[in-house]
Amino acid sequence: MTLNTDPNIPDADGFYDELLAAHAGLSKDQTDALNARLILILANHIGDRDTLRAALSAARP
Amino acid sequence: MVGANYALAHELYPYACVADQSADAPAHHPVVIIGGGPVGVATGLDLAQKGTPALILDDHDGVGQGSRAICFAKRTLEIADRLGAGRDMVDKGIVWNVGKVFHGEEQVFEFNLLPEDGHKNPAFINLQQPYFEKFLIDALRRAECEGKPIEIRGRNVVSGIEQLADHVVLRIDTPDGPYTLTADYVIACDGARSPTREIMGLSFDGRVFEDNFLIADVRMTADFPTERWFWFEPPFEGAGQSALLHKQPDDVWRIDFQLGWDIDRKAELDEGRIRQRIDEFLPDGTDYELVWTSIYTFQCRRMERFRHDRVIFAGDSAHQVSPFGARGANSGMQDADNLAWKLDLVLKGLAPEALLDTYDEERVFGADENILNSTRATDFLTPKSDISQIFRNAVLTLARDHAFARPMVNSGRLSVPCTYDGLSLNTPDALPGGPPRTRPGSPCPDAPVNDGFLLDDLKGRFTLLAIGTDLPSGLDLTGVALDTVRLSGAGVSPLLRERYLGSASSALYLIRPDQHVAARWQRPTSEQILNALQTAMALT
Repeated sequence: MTLNTDPNIPDADGFYDELLAAHAGLSKDQTDALNARLILILANHIGDRDTLRAALSAARP
Repeated sequence: MVGANYALAHELYPYACVADQSADAPAHHPVVIIGGGPVGVATGLDLAQKGTPALILDDHDGVGQGSRAICFAKRTLEIADRLGAGRDMVDKGIVWNVGKVFHGEEQVFEFNLLPEDGHKNPAFINLQQPYFEKFLIDALRRAECEGKPIEIRGRNVVSGIEQLADHVVLRIDTPDGPYTLTADYVIACDGARSPTREIMGLSFDGRVFEDNFLIADVRMTADFPTERWFWFEPPFEGAGQSALLHKQPDDVWRIDFQLGWDIDRKAELDEGRIRQRIDEFLPDGTDYELVWTSIYTFQCRRMERFRHDRVIFAGDSAHQVSPFGARGANSGMQDADNLAWKLDLVLKGLAPEALLDTYDEERVFGADENILNSTRATDFLTPKSDISQIFRNAVLTLARDHAFARPMVNSGRLSVPCTYDGLSLNTPDALPGGPPRTRPGSPCPDAPVNDGFLLDDLKGRFTLLAIGTDLPSGLDLTGVALDTVRLSGAGVSPLLRERYLGSASSALYLIRPDQHVAARWQRPTSEQILNALQTAMALT
């Protein structure tokens, strides 16, 4: 599996909205914790170590 | 006073003046072992069982107080079994399988080590280190009675080491004054603060972890189950950032609190202060006696090389890990197991000195694996940054409801022996369909055979294990020190088949004296067997 960096989410605006909505009303600590849980859940779903490594590298500043 | 900087649990080898001290010329010993702890005594016993004389020098008269290491793994028990001390340990030790992990008030999950069937020894026992050491010394005394060439001298403190081309000169202080010995080889098993390392000016580099842990061993009659309970962010006042409760023999429980870095060590060791913490931790009104308390910090580090010509380092003197995962004493026992047979063959002139370099190669590999595991556990236990704390707690939160997060919870990955993958004594795998767990380099897993267990048949010598096959005709083993174990028919238990044959119909294994697989084949020629044996002895 290679890291897909092409547009892949149907209704990108809708997803972005849901992502922000998930954080609505949370404190900074709660938001950070949510993000961490989300990353772990998605990483497990992907599973493939090469893909995860490519994602980590793509995300680095 | 020579030696004696800690209190003894058992006086086992009180100082006695020996003839070497008044000899005109320094007495010579093939192997001198510095340090009478678990690693030194195990190495000495193994050598003596093989017929190579071993002299152990210890700076005390016996075994020090304090539970210290409490968790001994199956591989350690198997090694101790071969040395004649395993049964005492298992009889006295506490066998446990269940662990519970809590985060604050809530249980995150529970695990069961689910020990495999068909092993003589349990996956782990808990046993106070003084017992572990005493049982090894008991075995040493029995070996002595049987005439095995082993000796231990108490209150013999090595104060000088000089390496010459073909031997080592040791200066030793005793209550009766100094004397000198010479040795072919010296094994330094003198612990994390190794005086031998100091004398030789060798470095010991690695990573210091900025944290203090309080150990309190308490005696109480409590009806907690025999389980390992571990808390992240424990809900008890004064329990610190993590806490552990684990049972030992004699109604003693290990309690361990993570106190953080900036503490007043002396104040924290005050009995009243310790009791305050424990009172909060245990159910109201629990009556207990404090058996042993200590505050420790730890480091993960190792020497660059474990062999320095004729001085060889083993155990904590060579490498140090955090206590999480029980990889200290357990890995030291694997050092002993790895070194003794090699040194024995070299001293008997059967193998070249290059074989000793493979001790360095294999045990540095093992130490790095242990340090990696230990460091990872420590990073999980004591997050070093805000974000690592956030991820750590996210894992703990998710682990309650989602199975995927549980393997990420790391309160110490329990010690397993390493497989010497790709290292120089192995012959490439030639058993199609053979199980990966018994590939060359692996420690042999135990399995039932006939009325007993396989590892009891692997007696510390090179062994050819023939399963459902015979040795190739014309294999001339004259002059080769090699045992043969043949298993066929009903002797091949289903578990042995699963662990050693896989989908192969038969197999021939060449097994090293330390019970690691050197080579395996479906049907080897005599030449292949002899070549593999040469490779495993560094003769090629």
